[in-house]
Amino acid sequence: MSYAATHDQHDDHHGAPKGFFQRWCMSTNHKDIGTLYLVFALVMFFIGGSFAMLIRAELFKPGLQLMQPYFFNQLTTMHALVMIFGAIMPAFVGLGNWMIPLMVGAPDMALPRMNNLSFWILPFAFTLLLSTLFMAGGGPAGGWTMYPPLSLQSDSLAYVVFAVHLMGISSIMGAINIIATILNMRAPGMELLKMPVFVWSWLITAFLLIAVMPVLAGAVTMLLTDKYFGTNFFNPGGGGDPVLYQHIFWFFGHPEVYIMILPAFGIISEIVPTFARKPIFGYKAMVFAIASIAFLSFIVWAHHMFAVGLPLGAEIFFMYATMLIAVPTGVKVFNWVATMWGSSMTFETPMLFAVGFIILFTIGGFSGLMLALVPADFQYHDTYFVVAHFHYVLVTGALFAIIAATYYWLPKWTGNMYSEFWAKMHFWNSVIWVNVLFFPQHFLGLAGMPRRIPDYNVAFANFNMISSIGGFLFGATQLIFIGVLIHCAFFSKKKATDRVWEGAKGLEWTVPSPAPHHTFDVPPVIHDDELAHGHVND
Amino acid sequence: MGQQHDAYFVPAKSYWPIVAAVVMFTTVFGAAHWLNAEPGDAGFGKTVLTVGVIGVLGMFFGWFRSVINESLSGSYNHQVDTSFRMGMMWFIFSEVMFFGAFFGALFYIRMFSVPWLGGTGHGTLTHQFLWSDYAASWGANAGNGPEHIGGAFSTVPAWGLPLLNTLILLSSSVTVTIAHHALRAGHRGKILVFLGLTVLLGALFLNFQAHEYIEAYKELNLTLHSGVYGSTFFLLTGFHGLHVTLGTIMLAVIWFRVLKGHFNKDHHFGFEAVAWYWHFVDVVWLGLFMFVYIL
Repeated sequence: MSYAATHDQHDDHHGAPKGFFQRWCMSTNHKDIGTLYLVFALVMFFIGGSFAMLIRAELFKPGLQLMQPYFFNQLTTMHALVMIFGAIMPAFVGLGNWMIPLMVGAPDMALPRMNNLSFWILPFAFTLLLSTLFMAGGGPAGGWTMYPPLSLQSDSLAYVVFAVHLMGISSIMGAINIIATILNMRAPGMELLKMPVFVWSWLITAFLLIAVMPVLAGAVTMLLTDKYFGTNFFNPGGGGDPVLYQHIFWFFGHPEVYIMILPAFGIISEIVPTFARKPIFGYKAMVFAIASIAFLSFIVWAHHMFAVGLPLGAEIFFMYATMLIAVPTGVKVFNWVATMWGSSMTFETPMLFAVGFIILFTIGGFSGLMLALVPADFQYHDTYFVVAHFHYVLVTGALFAIIAATYYWLPKWTGNMYSEFWAKMHFWNSVIWVNVLFFPQHFLGLAGMPRRIPDYNVAFANFNMISSIGGFLFGATQLIFIGVLIHCAFFSKKKATDRVWEGAKGLEWTVPSPAPHHTFDVPPVIHDDELAHGHVND
Repeated sequence: MGQQHDAYFVPAKSYWPIVAAVVMFTTVFGAAHWLNAEPGDAGFGKTVLTVGVIGVLGMFFGWFRSVINESLSGSYNHQVDTSFRMGMMWFIFSEVMFFGAFFGALFYIRMFSVPWLGGTGHGTLTHQFLWSDYAASWGANAGNGPEHIGGAFSTVPAWGLPLLNTLILLSSSVTVTIAHHALRAGHRGKILVFLGLTVLLGALFLNFQAHEYIEAYKELNLTLHSGVYGSTFFLLTGFHGLHVTLGTIMLAVIWFRVLKGHFNKDHHFGFEAVAWYWHFVDVVWLGLFMFVYIL
């Protein structure tokens, strides 16, 4: 077989392979692997969501209602681990897998087999993690941050640490692949500063992943050796320090929260110009703002630890460095609004979620600024105010962006239009109930209700009940999402056009809908006015 | 970059990724069971771990064999080569960050946690109330913390075996570079000699490190349990040793591939990747020699 003459080695050049195992387990196709990632993330979203429903059920009324505190602690820990590592991150990787090659005019990812391995590690890693719930002694209960000495008390630690190692390997390989794809596989003429903002956001996110996932691996390895091999990293009696773990963990953890939001910024920067029918305002500023946020993310980690007793100089440094992040983030929010300013907008579902993102994520950003103030944080630390803050940036931030992206690109993936009515039902119910769910938690936190407790003072009863009702209805609303997805993929009669959206620009809209199994076998010719950001103003 | 592709290359379907996922899972599942096993009941976890490790080795062998065969058949073009190079570079960067976590722990412990436990600066209350007789210093008999966990110990002197090992690794970096130049000049005999020397120097390094560990345990009472001094010493040098082991194995594989004539002067990414890795291991050692042994 002569390889030089063919563009690739697929036996079946024009379509997907027939066998199920062949197609899904041995895949080297970025679209199939992207689909696997997205379906996996959706399953994990519902598993993590069911944990959240149990948590809100327990907190519906004061007093222990449904479960023992130890199980409650397992739920909060598992909810976070599953949502962060199982839902949000794989969903972004899935979107990157599907869209980056289409957006830069590449036939596939740079390292397709490693791509498949990156995905297939995940189901096994989560089997390992979730299996601890069914073991004697239960799952991890020390919080997703796994602070010692609490985390060292559970026998599940070994399983959790190895699961984190596997997820780390998966993330690093996925990130290497994305960097190599973006730097090495672009079609001729797709210069770096012509790339869509989504591609830029993933390039920078991938760098963050490679830089910090190994640090997390190191931190949990020290936990493992402290528990099972008699080392003393986190034992003051042996000269160690539990605060050391927090430093290493948050050196990973803070870039990690930007790993979960930068691709969301990229998505919003694709959607807003499409439905505003205007190029994005300040393309270069958007790119440089993402890069600035990524840089700053490395020098703010200790703002998670203001209350552990850091030296005063450290508290002041980390306070100011943290507040500095508001500058590039403000640039982004300003530019999204400026893109919409004076434009001819329509509000299809992706745009609704994008606008919802801009408003609600900004609320999460503002509460973040409050938390960044050291004296204020002494009051807010470990209260429901923190819970409200990070759910605003992760649910109405990261998750809303993922849902927006799903509606935006779904017609391109399936070839069918989704039901706009039900999608709008999904949006309006989500946006109402998510606020009923999380907004009262600000008040609870300011009033002093601590996080991670199954029982609370009766003074907090009303807001908790409101929050729980919002939670149940937000959870139920997501079933509409499933309905819309299944209907669109398998039953919808309404075919999508190639361009799908009137104002859509960029290479991904030049291929047919649904996108054929192989695209851009030959590099496309780039016309600058076909690109969303082709004419960059200097 | 990204410009010269007359034809794209997308590799054929492969079962190796899913095999890799399965054997990795088997390995860590067995390891976790073993770690949690009751004393005398380690059989199941150990068996699963062994199966997993054998599986991982087999997977590496099989996957690399298929990649080497594809490479030899000439199906990899310039673009694939560039992707491989980027992959290896970023992999090494991730390894740098992994060691960074342990170096960071070492610096934090030496600069902050141990002095604070001794009553200086920030952590004076812990010192006053818990361990007011602890005279903090790094090294023998104090680096194991206020409770002197692991008992009295002495440290490994920097100017003995560690110095020798430094010279060995530095020379091995020189020999692998000579081999690389020989490869580019097309002198196969010279490559085999100098690459072989590199493998031998790697093995010699590991041999001396094993001696050092035995001496630490038997003569110096410096063990993994010697407080945080022992923790940082053995985890830093141990992870480095593991990487040297891996590097030596990779160099040996490359030696056999040179013997079989797999490389020519324009097409030898496998050689270069391993050489980069070897230099990385070398640089990490210099950091260790400086901060673990000398200072």
